[in-house]
Amino acid sequence: MKALSISNLKKTYKNGYVALKGIDLEVEAGDFFALLGPNGAGKSTAIGIISSLVTSTSGSVSIFGHDLMREREQAKSCIGLVPQEVNFNQFDTVKGIVLNQAGYYGMPRKLALERTELCLKQMDLWDKRNTISRRLSGGMKRRVMIARAMVHAPKLLILDEPTAGVDIEIRRSMWKLMKEVNQQGTTIILTTHYLEEAESLCRNIAIIDQGKIVENTDMASLLARLNVDHFVLDLAEPLAAVPMLEGCVIERVSDKVLDVSVPKAIGLNQLFSQLSANNIKVLSLKNKSNRLEQLFMDLIDSNSPKNNNESVIVPSPSGRGLG
Amino acid sequence: MNYSIALKTIVKKEVYRFVRIWPQTLLPPAITTALYFLIFGKLIGNRIGTISGATYMDYIVPGIILMSVISHSYSNVVSSFYSTKFQRNIEELLVAPVPNWVILSGYISGGICRGLLVGIVVALISMLFADIVVLHPGITIAVAILTATLFSLAGFINAILAESFDDISIIPNFVLTPLSYLGGVFYSVDMLSGFWQKVIMGNPILYMINAFRYGMIGVTDVDIQLAIMMIVGFIVVLVLFCLYLLHKGIGIKN
Repeated sequence: MKALSISNLKKTYKNGYVALKGIDLEVEAGDFFALLGPNGAGKSTAIGIISSLVTSTSGSVSIFGHDLMREREQAKSCIGLVPQEVNFNQFDTVKGIVLNQAGYYGMPRKLALERTELCLKQMDLWDKRNTISRRLSGGMKRRVMIARAMVHAPKLLILDEPTAGVDIEIRRSMWKLMKEVNQQGTTIILTTHYLEEAESLCRNIAIIDQGKIVENTDMASLLARLNVDHFVLDLAEPLAAVPMLEGCVIERVSDKVLDVSVPKAIGLNQLFSQLSANNIKVLSLKNKSNRLEQLFMDLIDSNSPKNNNESVIVPSPSGRGLG
Repeated sequence: MNYSIALKTIVKKEVYRFVRIWPQTLLPPAITTALYFLIFGKLIGNRIGTISGATYMDYIVPGIILMSVISHSYSNVVSSFYSTKFQRNIEELLVAPVPNWVILSGYISGGICRGLLVGIVVALISMLFADIVVLHPGITIAVAILTATLFSLAGFINAILAESFDDISIIPNFVLTPLSYLGGVFYSVDMLSGFWQKVIMGNPILYMINAFRYGMIGVTDVDIQLAIMMIVGFIVVLVLFCLYLLHKGIGIKN
């Protein structure tokens, strides 16, 4: 069963700006799906059309088999949206916001009260239920929006940058919650600028750039295309000179810090063997950058008009990432 | 899906909004109209005498009540819906499976409730100054409800098309207020010269005020059936226009 099926979706705004140039996308029921792209790529327009906030120029959208144009209400009933920006009435109480949304979905009062309590408790907001929402912190406001989106138990939850601007502790707790929601059977579509978030949460991914889908695959396959890992090594003792390690590119950041690029073909075991042979003791190691971030940048660069290479996304013969 | 729950939710939210801010919504009309009754009705009115057999105070009471109904039903919807648009919480409704007619009915019901509640408050104030027995309660109530509906719809259109807070004050200040004052609240059409009598007959608010006045004290300058048909006709046209705007997403969707 497809949770979402988009066919040849196009959107041209009144000012002539072409936001979507005919995208096709399918998301399986139960999936945790990442929709990524740089600013202005068309992600928010696509999500706006799916959630009926933006009218499409042409193309079709189907949600759990319900066409958004012909069976609008059935299709809408399946969706819960957590938008990028706070969009609830800031003069309402937390409980009022969630309860009203349940009412809009036609939920009887008794059930609406039960679901509101459940969702607010899940979001750790029950103690704040009678607080006027504008008095909440940024992280709490985001959680109110998630509770509001969840109150009618949607089959498809769309999270448009849900963790933007929240501190790491809240972000981690929200990741945990999103995983739980997904495990309970809710399909999730996530857009985010934190690629680490997409990498750790999502099973499948689509990358949109300049109104086109430039990649649509599963996360594991995408990450497997990365042929080189970049690490930062903290050393026990200062080095007088940069060592020569076969197959690796090494850059000295400081006396006790090295920046090492390791091809997958060599791997960490061989790297450490060579380091030991050179009598170099490593205290700790960390990824220099997020792996998905690197792939993302490669994909966006390859789609750039300057590169004149719109759709070929294959590992380069040199084995250094994507060409 | 049960649309009545969605409708009830919107209406409750709308009524709760204006009741919560009653010092801004219900108190000012009570004070303003008390001043009207005192200055125009008592102090000046005593020197004017009677109009069509009614004392000047009795003559102006229906007009002042309906003028309050008009301005408050309009301003309730225009300010509430525009704020909803401005704060983007209209998205809560657009995302949900709420049909356009339910959204429209909800906001219009809110406007009617406030218009009628203000009308009742003003009517109660008027009892301190005039001793009016309502002659045709059915017509009085029907005209009040229809007028509140009509101006709630007009407020809704204004809110949809408005792009700034300035846009929601232009119509009330420069169109509604002049038309209300020139709509026969304080004078009879017979008091004007021939040319101005014809001009003033082009003001739709004149028909509403006179229909309402007929309902209350049995005095009118216009044909009652024509007045009611006119209000109903305007309502039908504005309902269709509102639904068209919502369907097209004008002013609320990209």
